[in-house]
Amino acid sequence: MTKFILWLPLALFALLVAVVASGVVQPKDTAIHSQMVDKTLPQFALDPMVNGKPGLSSADYGKGGPRLLNVFASWCLPCIAEAPQLIALEQRGVPIDAIAVRDDPADVRKFLARNGDPYARIGDDARADVQLALGSSGVPETFVIGADGHIVAQHIGAIRPEDIPEIMHLLEKAQ
Amino acid sequence: MIAEAGLAALWLAGALALLQLVLTILALAQDRPELRAAIRPVAVVQGLLTALAMLALILVFARSDMSVLLVAENSHSMKPFLYKVAGAWGNHEGSMLLWVTILGIAGAAVAWFERRLDERTLIATLGAQAAIALGFFAFLLIASNPFARLDPPAAEGRGLNPLLQDPGLAFHPPTLYVGYVGLSVAFSFAVGALITRNVGPAFARAVRPWILGAWIFLTLGITAGSYWAYYELGWGGWWFWDPVENASLMPWLAATALLHSVSVLATRDGLRAWTVMLAVVAFSMSMIGTFLVRSGVLTSVHSFAVDPARGTFILVLLALYIGGALALFGARIGTVRAGNTFDPVSREAGLVVNNLLLSVILGIVLIGTLYPLVAQAFGVKLSVGKPFFDETVGPIALVLMAALAAGPLLRWRRDRLSALRDRMTVPIAVALLSVAGIAVFARGAGVLPTLGLGLAAGLAVASVAPLWRRALRRTPLFTYGMVLAHLGVAVSVAGMAAESAFTQEQLVAVHVGQPVDVGPFVVRLSGVRPTVGDNWSAIEGVLRVSPQDGGPDFTLRPQQRFFSAPPTVTSEAAIKTTLGGQLYTVLGEADGTGRRQLRLWWKPFVTLIWLGGGMIAAGGALSLIGRVRRERKAARREEEMGWA
Repeated sequence: MTKFILWLPLALFALLVAVVASGVVQPKDTAIHSQMVDKTLPQFALDPMVNGKPGLSSADYGKGGPRLLNVFASWCLPCIAEAPQLIALEQRGVPIDAIAVRDDPADVRKFLARNGDPYARIGDDARADVQLALGSSGVPETFVIGADGHIVAQHIGAIRPEDIPEIMHLLEKAQ
Repeated sequence: MIAEAGLAALWLAGALALLQLVLTILALAQDRPELRAAIRPVAVVQGLLTALAMLALILVFARSDMSVLLVAENSHSMKPFLYKVAGAWGNHEGSMLLWVTILGIAGAAVAWFERRLDERTLIATLGAQAAIALGFFAFLLIASNPFARLDPPAAEGRGLNPLLQDPGLAFHPPTLYVGYVGLSVAFSFAVGALITRNVGPAFARAVRPWILGAWIFLTLGITAGSYWAYYELGWGGWWFWDPVENASLMPWLAATALLHSVSVLATRDGLRAWTVMLAVVAFSMSMIGTFLVRSGVLTSVHSFAVDPARGTFILVLLALYIGGALALFGARIGTVRAGNTFDPVSREAGLVVNNLLLSVILGIVLIGTLYPLVAQAFGVKLSVGKPFFDETVGPIALVLMAALAAGPLLRWRRDRLSALRDRMTVPIAVALLSVAGIAVFARGAGVLPTLGLGLAAGLAVASVAPLWRRALRRTPLFTYGMVLAHLGVAVSVAGMAAESAFTQEQLVAVHVGQPVDVGPFVVRLSGVRPTVGDNWSAIEGVLRVSPQDGGPDFTLRPQQRFFSAPPTVTSEAAIKTTLGGQLYTVLGEADGTGRRQLRLWWKPFVTLIWLGGGMIAAGGALSLIGRVRRERKAARREEEMGWA
């Protein structure tokens, strides 16, 4: 018994090292996850970004089915890489809205002309206020908004082809 | 040239550490006097060489030598001179070099001064010290060379984080490091004593001054760090349970426990295994703290560069040293003869209770600090914050205070419970009266703060009680030290409780001239104007403050400072200290409608927190002087009697 107690500190320390080592070995996840997931969309109303397409407000949510809310900018390179996936999602009947962050109408029009336009609405978030309110810290990011207006999930970074099944699954769940 | 000289000194010192280790092993295995005689000088020269390397680094920083990578990354030619010098340790490589320097100097000091320990144990101790140093030399020379050159040299440096540009930073880390690394001496002594199976009162008396010294610096470092964070970060708090803060608190808790248990070992030859264990734990906490801060496994507001490679290196060192020491402990302590036993009611028992409570707090802080890491290993992300620590540590700390009041009033070896009750009557009455008084006159102070204030009052009385009816001039200095340190705890706790119970906060947006009430003051913003300093420009709010009791008005000037290298904004709080507390003011943004945001706090008796910290450290210093003097006297007497 006493023998056992004498070796206990060493055993506890070995456990500690194992835990800490796992922390060192694990790749650091530096992405900032939004605190807004599982909460109702914050109140906002954004002017239209381009002619002929409506702006975006929080009142547009909570009716009909689930929607995607894409945070993007014409000056963002990963957004170009993401564009084909958004088009594909739109062709599968997924409604997608957008917030254009710190952008210029002429640049956005050029971006849409070159990369396709999957968006139902585009809001002009000139000072990135709404982006911050959503808890988003970069572009592109995509939020899955449930039929009831709740934020169901946040996808950080470009949506890659392999992400589409997961997004479709989330949309079905948010019905 | 200076950088190369520094690097050369570092390599030589590393080589000497290796030599010292080899000599120790040979000297312990074979009985050869010339080997034993060589070890002390080697330790001294090794210490001098590391000090030389540190000096070289300070020189290249002072001269803004931009051909040294570290200087270019962390300094700037426009920086005030004091911060150029402080920049030498305000970064990863430099602070690790400072760590090794203190380690080397501590080893040299042991070799130079320690005469009381028997020779074999001393040699084993120096060998353990060399082994620790060797690992850190390897770390610096292989993974974190502070003297690496930059070719071509940079035209200008990147600057030092402006938060770190403060007199507090110039002195806070070195102070803390002396404490951290001083505990390595206790660790080495413990390892030495385990190797030669010589754990007894002589060992305890030899190691005690080193523990006291390290503990004094730790106390000062934590106190200064807390005050620095309080006035520099501008959020009005003095302790946040940040991992970096916990990293300094944990060794302090262990060292405090060790300090008390080593007294039992020195005076009564009890608690042998426990004392050795604590010596190992105390330095382990220093190393774990260093590792947590350096490796980036925990995110903290003031962590340094995040670098998994360096983290792994320190983790391996950690595993080797602590694991090795604990294995040695497991293998050897069973063969150390058990020490004296004692009654359940005695000074020894009181100290055991103190030790257990301190260990429980240490355990909670350790678990709370590491829990996010454990959770992450299971895929959960979370952070453990102030509410958890306040709620768990707070109540135990209050129990500890009660033990702290009773402990010094107990006699060694055997005492009677009824006698203790008699001695505790006055402190308990004072505590109860205080609690009742606060409950009546300051409702809503909260349960913990009210109990804290009451216990602080009782503890203050109990702390001075050991001096009651004593011949004050013949009372030894270390008794005064104990009284002062315990009184310091009471003062500090009173400050913490008062701050948390009675702080008033105002977050307002005001027009010029609009009055704001906060505590006993009326504050008016009389204007906002630009101003400049050495390497910053600032917007300064001019606050006219009138005491409500009709005292003279005064002006406070909180600033928002803009540093250009690197571009950063910092908030400089303006603080008015009065006898009753502090008025703490922070200037915020303009809100666009002609109003300015102000954050105002009235913090009654908050200064007691740091005054108490200073008293604790001063009490430690008195004890240290008292102990060293008595040891000297004893040694002289032995010499005169012809024993030595």
